[in-house]
Amino acid sequence: MRKESAAPAMAPFRLNAPGDLETLRNKIIESRDPNRPEIVVCHGNGCLASGAPKVAEAFKAALAETGINAKLMPGVKTTGCQGLCSKGPLVQIRPQGYFYERVQPKDALEIVEKSVMAGEPVERLMHKDPETGKPLYTEEEIPFYSLQERLVLRRIGKIDPTDISDAIAEGAYAGLAKALHSMTPEEVVREVEKSGLRGRGGAGFPTGRKWRSALSAIEKKGRPVYVVVNGDEGDPGAFMDGAIMEGDPHSVLEGLILGAYALGAEQGYLYVRAEYPVAIRHLEMAMAQAREYGLLGENILGTGFKFDARINRGAGAFVCGESTALFTSIEGKPGNPRPKYVRSVEEGLWGRPTVLNNVETWANIPLVLGRGGQWYASLGVPHSTGTKVFCLVGKVDNVGLVEVPMGTPMDRIVTDIGGGVSGGKPFKAVQTGGPSGGCLPYSLKDTPVDFDSLTKAGSMMGSGAMIVMDEHDCVVDLGRYFLKFLEEESCGKCLPCRLGLTRMREILDGFSRGEGSEADIADLTSLAEALKDGALCALGGSAPNPVLTTIRYFRDEYLAHVSDHKCPAGVCKHLIVYAIDPEKCTGCGACAKNCPVECVTGEKKEPHVIDAAACLRCGICKETCKFDAIFIE
Amino acid sequence: MSVCATAEIEDIIDRYPGRPEYLIFLLQDIQSSFGYISQESMRRVCDRTGVPLTRAYSVATFYQSFRLDPKGEHEIKVCLGTACHLKGGQRLVEDLERRLGVAAGETSGDMRFTLDTVNCLGACAISPVVVMDEEYYPNMTARKLEKQLKALNAADAAQAKEAGNA
Ligand SMILES: Cc1cc2nc3c(=O)[nH]c(=O)nc-3n(C[C@H](O)[C@H](O)[C@H](O)COP(=O)(O)O)c2cc1C
Ligand code: SF4
Ligand code: FES
Repeated sequence: MRKESAAPAMAPFRLNAPGDLETLRNKIIESRDPNRPEIVVCHGNGCLASGAPKVAEAFKAALAETGINAKLMPGVKTTGCQGLCSKGPLVQIRPQGYFYERVQPKDALEIVEKSVMAGEPVERLMHKDPETGKPLYTEEEIPFYSLQERLVLRRIGKIDPTDISDAIAEGAYAGLAKALHSMTPEEVVREVEKSGLRGRGGAGFPTGRKWRSALSAIEKKGRPVYVVVNGDEGDPGAFMDGAIMEGDPHSVLEGLILGAYALGAEQGYLYVRAEYPVAIRHLEMAMAQAREYGLLGENILGTGFKFDARINRGAGAFVCGESTALFTSIEGKPGNPRPKYVRSVEEGLWGRPTVLNNVETWANIPLVLGRGGQWYASLGVPHSTGTKVFCLVGKVDNVGLVEVPMGTPMDRIVTDIGGGVSGGKPFKAVQTGGPSGGCLPYSLKDTPVDFDSLTKAGSMMGSGAMIVMDEHDCVVDLGRYFLKFLEEESCGKCLPCRLGLTRMREILDGFSRGEGSEADIADLTSLAEALKDGALCALGGSAPNPVLTTIRYFRDEYLAHVSDHKCPAGVCKHLIVYAIDPEKCTGCGACAKNCPVECVTGEKKEPHVIDAAACLRCGICKETCKFDAIFIE
Repeated sequence: MSVCATAEIEDIIDRYPGRPEYLIFLLQDIQSSFGYISQESMRRVCDRTGVPLTRAYSVATFYQSFRLDPKGEHEIKVCLGTACHLKGGQRLVEDLERRLGVAAGETSGDMRFTLDTVNCLGACAISPVVVMDEEYYPNMTARKLEKQLKALNAADAAQAKEAGNA
């Protein structure tokens, strides 16, 4: 990612005192013309996959073609995830702030001519008001954005993540400069304690308390102490940590440096999932630039404080997100968790005191230090302060990254921000916390989304995935899916997890074939309880949550499988039959041609039939039919 | 093992200090250069880092991203993250298994295709997602897959013909 024909890049500028940062920031801002047109193309994962790079190219070509006035030379800037992934590729035009969605390369010339050159909107590409259908011009007018409180995400989608001067102009490292200028390490820890910040990696452990116990461990054992970023993000439906590392790597780095200052660490580690090559690249660039500017390495901001960090790429193991497994993985070994008789703040990486925090937790630290623990504690609700970033995915209209204050009711996130289930029906359930979390039904739609309320409802915050399900999603199938995932990811060290997960999955496999009885549901529940008590680490310990919550809230659906041999959602392959509605079938033969086992027969122009005995339930016929004649019984 | 492959392995090994903690780094770099970790490269890595061969294999088999056999010419990855699962990712896997005659995780006998599954690519907004030779295909269906495979086969055939003519 690079800005084309941007203002001359700031020469590396070594900051020799905390006060130099503000001077540099003012200089960067002064050197920029606020009225200079800018075309901002989202390069988050969703937009990249839907063709954003070609759109950026098309804008560059269009600018060259129109030969625009060189004095107001517009730039094309690429950013991290702007959030509204399902409407990508997204493009914003500055200074007006026009927000365009689903932009195709062929739209580039029109946007350049109308918006960049004449300052006028192109309404057909704008987000439409869900009620009136009127075009909404800017982010501020779109409910998806206006109902959020984007603090951790404040710079993501605005800055070029590969250019530190962009981040500094938007306030990066101000919290660090302030702390190094006027706060002792002890005061930094106290500020974090005051903020009430709880870890965003799943369990919600108070961050200040963790840092405090690391200090006591250091008192006993001395230094070195290590600070570590957990960027493993193994939950198979969550990408917010990836989006933060890609879109604003400096926020994570600044948090980590602050933690190092508070604890007196000289070495840090960032453990990043290997499937996130862009995050790794952006973090590497951010670290290199921070070193050049004197924000990382020797003599940080001229204060004599010294700290550096390195990146470890994960190698594809969910269990390595667990703290003790993560440490053994950094040490170059298989990631097996160990029992936590001794806590990892005391005996972590290389057997030393270690503070491990999640990506989003670290990204919150600069906010806490910049604006104060007290201010932070006023956000959200008393025992869950601040905001939380969610990945809103599944059967919802606005799929994307959402940040709201803790305690926001679930329905506000899913319906008001997310636009609800496509087709306007109420959602069926929301799964939070991924494979360790739970599944909450529509009747609990007003549940405040904070650590304690979710736990009370039987679910958990987890990392922040929020998966919306509609009537075509089966809870038995979802339970099987998560169990299969965890069964594959279990490290196999302890028996309850190694055998328990397999047995639970087998019982659910049976349910999905219509086999089993109510007694099996009871067995499943007691097995789940045993796993909760007996597993060594939280992978096994929290694995039963999706099954337990779905049994609790959707018992009828389980009974439909085992007693009536039916899958009401029409998902479980063995319990459904594809059939053709003779009224709708035109006899076009498309499905027959595409069926891999040739089980659809019929005369041309006559209604066709499916041989249920031969049918694989692959669904290709239903996908093929243009007349919506194929249905699931 | 050719001379130049050996030289490349040595180059990679020289990137890191010869200590056990760099084992995973080395295996990752070797895999990204060669697509898999050969016995020869494993032996050399062990010599350098001082890690016993058995322990190095226990690391290589613990982590899913390591491959001990060569990859096919084309790599197809189907996302089975939660969003993609709900939108039919599993059906796409089954469809590909049928068409390619391999099970997920395997490479076809003619070394043309490797079929893999992954967990969430961060592109849930366009689920289900299939990645073919590093290119993302959004909102995938079995029919679109068939079209893509046909295009791939046609391109390969054209290339083979050209090579034959030359
Ligand atoms: C199986 C398992 C997987 C985990 N995966 C992650 C992960 O991917 N990212 C993460 O930040 N925490 C993960 N955790 C939680 C970490 O163990 C740890 O609690 C967390 O990183 C601490 O940071 P926090 O206090 O900032 O939340 C996982 C835990 C378990 C048991
Ligand atoms: S609970 Fe599962 S993942 Fe955790 S140590 Fe036991 S076997 Fe390994
Ligand atoms: S679940 Fe497939 S991209 Fe996220």
